[in-house]
Amino acid sequence: MTGTEEGVKGERRQKLITGPGILLLWLYGVMVVGAVSRSAVQIATDFHKAPLAYSLSALAGLVYGFITYSLVRGGETARRAALVCCAAELVGVLAVGAWTLAEPSAFPDATVWSDFGMGYLFIPVILPVTAIFWLVRARRAAAA
Amino acid sequence: MLVALTIATAVAALALAAWCGFAAYRDQPTKDWHFIGMGVVTFLALVQLIVGIVLLARGEDPEQGTTIFVAYLLGSFACVPAAGFMSLAERTRWGSLTVAAGGVVLAVLQVRLYDIWGG
Repeated sequence: MTGTEEGVKGERRQKLITGPGILLLWLYGVMVVGAVSRSAVQIATDFHKAPLAYSLSALAGLVYGFITYSLVRGGETARRAALVCCAAELVGVLAVGAWTLAEPSAFPDATVWSDFGMGYLFIPVILPVTAIFWLVRARRAAAA
Repeated sequence: MLVALTIATAVAALALAAWCGFAAYRDQPTKDWHFIGMGVVTFLALVQLIVGIVLLARGEDPEQGTTIFVAYLLGSFACVPAAGFMSLAERTRWGSLTVAAGGVVLAVLQVRLYDIWGG
């Protein structure tokens, strides 16, 4: 995690949580806690009520957790993995958002990604876009 | 649920957010005074946690379930200290902005707490 830590190939592992990265880490952390605890409670108490919605929330929580871990770990591999997950997250929130609007009957209860994340101040749709910009920029900074 | 306490915590959290947001705008890291502010807001959240547990112990029931209520109480207690520690690791304007985001999140949690308790 520190700047002096050596990578596998003896290179310095690039930090991803400096500057704006720390804000991203915080927001992802909040989303992990929100999505994981929400789906845990819902799956444990009334899974039968809206299995699809609750499973999607749990999946969102997993994706957020992996991105958070990648940001903390840093380095090129983690950066690429986080980039892939952010793209998947963006696709997920757009697809589920459109799905909840097109077919509300499939979702008796809301997911984290319902209505493009409106219940979470649209953070779920803004966050991956910001994170992709940040991660792409981190590569350029490392190359320079 | 003490409505006055919930409102006070939400207002204090928003004030903290504005204050740290201003520090970020002026390109400053969080300073001692900011940490005292975080301490005040965290103290309010702690009082709320204790009051919430006492109300539950006295047999009152939150409208949307005890588990969710306690989870939100714990979340709102941990929220600002977590952001504060991150601003210690990042001594730039971005650390201040993180604490500002923490204040906004706490204010949102207060609104949710109010809903969960049932008004």
